[in-house]
Amino acid sequence: MKRGFSILAIVTALLLSFALYEALIAAPTERTMGDVQRIFYYHVPSAWTAFLLFLINFVASVVFLIRRDTKADILALVTAEVGVVFCTVVMATGPIWARPVWGIWWTWDLRLTLTLVLWLIYVSYLVLRRFSTSSKTPVLAAVLAIFGALDVPLVYFSIWFFRTQHPSPVIGGGGSLDPRMAHVLLINWAAFLCLASLVCWTRFRLEVLEREVEEAQALESLLEGSR
Amino acid sequence: MNYLYAAYVATWVIHGTYLAILVRKYSKIRQEMESLKK
Repeated sequence: MKRGFSILAIVTALLLSFALYEALIAAPTERTMGDVQRIFYYHVPSAWTAFLLFLINFVASVVFLIRRDTKADILALVTAEVGVVFCTVVMATGPIWARPVWGIWWTWDLRLTLTLVLWLIYVSYLVLRRFSTSSKTPVLAAVLAIFGALDVPLVYFSIWFFRTQHPSPVIGGGGSLDPRMAHVLLINWAAFLCLASLVCWTRFRLEVLEREVEEAQALESLLEGSR
Repeated sequence: MNYLYAAYVATWVIHGTYLAILVRKYSKIRQEMESLKK
């Protein structure tokens, strides 16, 4: 287990360094936007990773509601937390790209607004989990996660079915992406997937440890009370 | 070019901040474990 974690950490570090080199140096410069287009190599893979984590959160929440399995509950919490981190990257890099390309930081475009709503839903999920002390919190959070997951396909397909200011989908949407750019994009996605797996693994172990400590503390206070 | 670097720096600041939160959380749990052992 420990060896697997170390191997994943090394692979992630190597892949992230290689992906950074590919994105900043090896990838061809886009003709109209210039170097600012390279933001795309961090923005798009971060969005895909966040979507995947929210999808896992959805499945784990459904499993928890059916089986009341603690591990599914922890997985739901962990994927929501790491998903919010990646979604925050999307929300930060998007406006930094939009300013030089569109001339504005933000517009209430359908894709952008739905992404903001998605981020707010999962932030509220984390706030609920952090501050609610009720025994029903995991159930309420699981239900909220299911509603949150409904927004993911809306965000993804909003640029397919509606006219928005956001650029067209890069893969499968009829757009023409240079094969070298697609290659760099996929390398960066692989690197972010490794990073997400590593962080989720760490956070999962941390959550298990935290719950064990809480149980031990509760047991200790019970024993002290009975003396 | 400044926007490009700003986006990449922002990405790593966000990930770095989250990792720092995890490290802090881990040291707090370790402290609690130590106090339980005493």
